[in-house]
Amino acid sequence: MPVVEINNIVKRFGSNTVLDDVSLSVDRGEVITVLGRSGSGKSTMLRCINGLEPIQGGSIRVDGVEVNDPACDLRVLRQNVGIVFQSFNLFPHLSVCDNITLAPRIVQRQAREHSRDLARGVLRQVGLEDKLDAFPNSLSGGQKQRVAIARSLAMHPKVMLFDEVTSALDPELTGEVLKVLEGVAAAGMTMILVTHEIGFARRFGSRVVFMHHGKVHEIGPAAETLANPQTAEFAAFLSAVLH
Amino acid sequence: MIRGFSPNDILFLLGALRWTALLAAGAFVGSAVVGLVLATMRLSRFRAVRWLAIVYVQLVQGIPLLVWLFLLYFGVAMLGFNVDPWLAAILGFSIYGGAFLGEVWRGAMGSIEVTQWEAGAALGLSISQQLRHVIVPQSVQIAIPPTIGFLVQLIKNTSLASTIGILEVTREGQLTSAATYQPMTVYLVVAALYFALCFPLTQWSRSLERKFNAGR
Amino acid sequence: MHLARAVVRYGFQFRDVLAAWELFVEGLLVTLTLSVAAFAGGLALGVLGAAIRTYGPGWAKFLVSSYVAVVRNTPLLVQLFVIFFGLPALGIRLDSMTAAIIALIFNLGAYTVEIVRAGFESIPEGQLEAGRALGLSGPQIFRHVVLFQSMRSMVPALSSQFIFFMLGTAAVSQIAVTDLFHTASLVQSRTFRDFEVYIVIAGIYLVLAQVMRLVFAGGYRLAFGGRS
Repeated sequence: MPVVEINNIVKRFGSNTVLDDVSLSVDRGEVITVLGRSGSGKSTMLRCINGLEPIQGGSIRVDGVEVNDPACDLRVLRQNVGIVFQSFNLFPHLSVCDNITLAPRIVQRQAREHSRDLARGVLRQVGLEDKLDAFPNSLSGGQKQRVAIARSLAMHPKVMLFDEVTSALDPELTGEVLKVLEGVAAAGMTMILVTHEIGFARRFGSRVVFMHHGKVHEIGPAAETLANPQTAEFAAFLSAVLH
Repeated sequence: MIRGFSPNDILFLLGALRWTALLAAGAFVGSAVVGLVLATMRLSRFRAVRWLAIVYVQLVQGIPLLVWLFLLYFGVAMLGFNVDPWLAAILGFSIYGGAFLGEVWRGAMGSIEVTQWEAGAALGLSISQQLRHVIVPQSVQIAIPPTIGFLVQLIKNTSLASTIGILEVTREGQLTSAATYQPMTVYLVVAALYFALCFPLTQWSRSLERKFNAGR
Repeated sequence: MHLARAVVRYGFQFRDVLAAWELFVEGLLVTLTLSVAAFAGGLALGVLGAAIRTYGPGWAKFLVSSYVAVVRNTPLLVQLFVIFFGLPALGIRLDSMTAAIIALIFNLGAYTVEIVRAGFESIPEGQLEAGRALGLSGPQIFRHVVLFQSMRSMVPALSSQFIFFMLGTAAVSQIAVTDLFHTASLVQSRTFRDFEVYIVIAGIYLVLAQVMRLVFAGGYRLAFGGRS
C-alpha cells in the first residue's frame, strides 16, 4: 500500500488554479524529488499533503487516512507527516532542545526526561549533538535547517516533506544540509522533496516529478528521466538549471 | 495665610506622589483587563466580535480622556448616584487605557510571522497550543517595551484626575502653590517628581527594546 | 441593573444644551486654532530637533535629548501650570492663550522629534553616499534626499500623533483657555445638564477626530499617492 496517494487534486487560490488534476502515489521508502519553475505548484502540493492548504477537488490519503475528510484529525495526521520549510521556522524563543521536544511533549505527552534523550538522539542524526542547549539565533543557516530536520524527525513521521530546504542557504551551507538529507534517506524514510538540487535528485532520488503549469508534466525513475527528459519543457528546464 | 515654600511642602508633595502611584497601579490593572479582552476579541473567528473591538477602540480614542473622566464623575452623578472620584478615575483610565493597551498587544501578536503559526500547526499543535507555546511567549517579549511606555503615559495622565478632586501630586501642587504663592518652585518640584517616576521607566523600556532588537 | 434603570428614568433633555450651540462653535474654533498653531510650531521644532539630534554636534544632541526627555516624562498639565502660573513669578506675564500655545508647541515638538528622527534613520546609508557621490552638499542631501523620502514613512505616525495630541489639548481648559472642553463648564452652569453637556462634547470631539483622520489620509494620498 502506498504511504501517500494523491488522486486528481485541484487547488485554486480565488480564480487562479494552482494544481490542476494532479495525481501521485508514493511507496514506503521512496525518495521523490519534485522539480519545476517557481509558480508551477510544487510547493503548494507539499502543503496540501499535510493539510496546510485545503483542496477543492480530488483526494489525498496518507497511510490510508483521507486528509480532506472533515472527520480527519489534522493534528493526528501531522504527527505522521513531517514538513521542513525553506525558512526553517524554528521557534526563536525556545532552545534547540525545546524546539525539538515541544511537540513530542505537548502533543504526544512524553515525559520531559525522556524527551531530552529523544532530542539528543535526533541531533546526533543531523550531527549537532553539541547544540542541544543553544538558541536558534546563535546558529548558522545550515545548522538551523539541520535542527528543523531534527525537530521533524523527533515526531517519528511516516513521511517527510521538504520544501526547498536549501534555497535560503549559501552554497557552502547547502552541502551540509544535503548530507543530512542523504542520511535520512539512507535510514529508509519516505521523502518528498521540492528542490533545485538536480545532483541530489540524480544520486538519491527514486523518482523525479516535473511540474509545469499546475500539472505533473513528466514523471519517471530519477537517473534515467534526468538524463533523457521526454518533454521539451523539462529539457528546457534542466538546461536552464544546469547552465 | 501666606507662608513660604519649606522642605515640609516637599514632604507633602512626596506623600501625594503615593496616591499618584496608587492611581496609576489601579488604572494599569484595569487597562490590562480591558486590553486583554480587546486583544482576544480581535483574534476571534467571528467578524462581528472583531468589529465590535475595532469600534470600541475608535470610539474611545476619539474622545479626550478629560471628557471620559467628567462623563463618569459629573455625568453619572446626575443619574442620582454618589460617584466616588477614585472609582470614576480608575474606571475612566481603564476604559481609555484599555483601548491603547489592547492595540499594543494585538500589534505584538500580529507582528509574529504567519510561518510561526504554520510551523506549530505542522507539528500537530492545536490552535490554542500554538497560541500558548509559540505565539504568546514571543509576543510578550515584543510587547513589554511598549507596555512600559504605556505605563509612563498612564502616570502622566493621572495628573488629569486632579480635575475631579483627587488629591494626587498635581492637586497637592495646586494647593501648595495657592498657599505659598511660589508657583514656579512648586510646579517645578511637581514636574521633577513625575520625572523621577517616569524617566527610569522610559529608559528601562528603551534598553529592553534595544536588547530585543540586537537579539534578532 | 441600577445604572441601566437610572439611565432610563433620567429623561435626557438635550434642548437647552443644544440651544447653546454658539458657545460650542466658539470653543471648537479655539481648539482648532490651538491645534493648528501647535501642529505648525511643533512640526518645525520637531524637524529642527531631529536634524540636530541626528547630524548635530555632541553638545547640541545632548541638549535636544534632554529637552525630549523632560517633556516626555512630565504631564502636559504640569507643563501648562509651569508656564502659565510659574513664569509670571519671574516677571514674564502671558495671557492664557499665549501660554497655552507655547506649552503645546513645546510639548508636541518633543514627541515630533522622536518620530522625525526615526524617519531620518530609516533612510539607508547608501542614499546618503549616493548624494555625496553626486557632489551634493550636506544641507542639499538633507533637503533633496532625506527629507522627502522620510516624510513618506513618518506622515502616518505624525498624523495619529497629531490627532491624539489635539484631543489632549483639552487640558488647556485648566488654565482658563475657553477651548471646546471649557465650553462644557460654561454650558453646564447655564443648563445644569452635566450628563448631556459631556455627551455632546464627546460627540463633537469624536467627529473632529474622524474628520482629521480623513483629512490626513486624503493629504497623504494627495502627496504620496502616485509614487511607490
